[in-house]
Amino acid sequence: MNKVRLLIGTKKGAFILTADGARKQWDVSGPHFGGWEIYHLKGSPVDQNRIYVSQTSSWFGQVIQRSDDGGKTWSTPGEGWPEETSDGAPQGESNKFVYDTSSETGAPLTTHQWYDGSQRPWEFKRIWHLEPSLTDPDTVYAGAEEAALFRSTDGGQTWHELAGLRTAKGHLWQPGAGGMCLHTILLDKSHLDRIFVAISAAGTFRSDDAGKTWRPTNKGLMSKYELPDPEAEVGHCVHNIAMHSSRPNVLFMQKHWDVLRSDDTGESWQEISGNLPSDFGFPIAVHAHEPNTIYVVPIKSDSEHYPPEGKLRVYRSRAGGHEWEPLTKGLPQENCYVNILRDAMAVDQLDPCGIYFGTTGGQVYGSANGGKSWKPIVHDLPAVLSVEVQTFT
Amino acid sequence: MIRVVLPQHLRTLARVTGEVTLEITRPVTQRSVLDALEARYPMLRGTIRDHITLKRRPFIRFFACEEDLSHASPDVPLPDEVATGAEPFLIVGAMAGG
Repeated sequence: MNKVRLLIGTKKGAFILTADGARKQWDVSGPHFGGWEIYHLKGSPVDQNRIYVSQTSSWFGQVIQRSDDGGKTWSTPGEGWPEETSDGAPQGESNKFVYDTSSETGAPLTTHQWYDGSQRPWEFKRIWHLEPSLTDPDTVYAGAEEAALFRSTDGGQTWHELAGLRTAKGHLWQPGAGGMCLHTILLDKSHLDRIFVAISAAGTFRSDDAGKTWRPTNKGLMSKYELPDPEAEVGHCVHNIAMHSSRPNVLFMQKHWDVLRSDDTGESWQEISGNLPSDFGFPIAVHAHEPNTIYVVPIKSDSEHYPPEGKLRVYRSRAGGHEWEPLTKGLPQENCYVNILRDAMAVDQLDPCGIYFGTTGGQVYGSANGGKSWKPIVHDLPAVLSVEVQTFT
Repeated sequence: MIRVVLPQHLRTLARVTGEVTLEITRPVTQRSVLDALEARYPMLRGTIRDHITLKRRPFIRFFACEEDLSHASPDVPLPDEVATGAEPFLIVGAMAGG
């Protein structure tokens, strides 16, 4: 029987919502890790019982949690590994994220731009995004603030930085208001050594050798009001990128301002904002079965992070951009002033395709018909930071 | 025997209830208490002090005998009452509003 499991990260814990293929009745489990900020949780595509969680706190720092039974139980990876002490205490240290400055595999701990224009050394803050490998449940990538990419090949027990990324003009990267975060990681199942990442405020970067070397892929981005050189090679505030697995050379981007598309694996970008009421926003998603159908949620502006006119509207383009239609049925069309964050929209793999997004007001909306109509699944959670979907068929 | 009181979130993370007790040879200092605590509960590494610098995290406080010891040198001996187990060493999450 078909089943859908939503993994919801919020400011005060994680929630797991499950439904059968009809997607009408939902069971809610949580809060898991109550009181902690859960930036992201995501399941392995190889083993859907394996879920990784980024649990973070201004007080206690970063913790990685893992479930091997679909979210019923959790542990900090490394418990009992490689062996427990004689009194049974765990040995793991799954929360250790240290920039690799070794001469063998690392890069010097150089500096990046700070808000006042000075240079400042990298300092680890938290993990924004976890991306499990497409082929190995024990391999998972982690996007960090301050921007770096880490990889674990032992199920989250230990982490190693892919330090070559910081050498891709890292001295010119700078934090946006939300911090200098690596928030998006895309893996390409047809080129397993290829990785795309997006960083605020640096831009997008691509590796074709499994993360050893990187180069900026920002040609065509225009940041007229954010950068002194609007077409700079790096420094752009990319909010989210998405691809369809069947067409990995085509990427879609929601930038600080502008929605864009690349048809050449990120080598160049063209604006596709078209008739959107605002081209500012955070998430962007691609339909599960229609690679040219994409979704965004326009936000009024960079200084007013809520929907234009107080109307919560998802916009869909079936043409891969330029031409957009509002999807409003079931969504509040007056007095709505929530935001939808960059990792807070996802699609399931059923037919018709389900779309889900969470708001800073604690609502999670779902559509079981490609966006034609929406219903709130839950409406009083803490502010939603991330939404992911697992589909069971 | 040293008694250590953890804040709720770290008790959950370490899967303990109530106080933690540690055997530490003298002199008993902040550093020796935290070293022993992290050796016994490795998942707490990085949650109280930085992994590399071993500096106290900014929103963590250390209290004992009604004194704030957060800013004391980590190598200064803790009060005798802590070293003998008469009083606990408290690891506290700093107050914050909102």
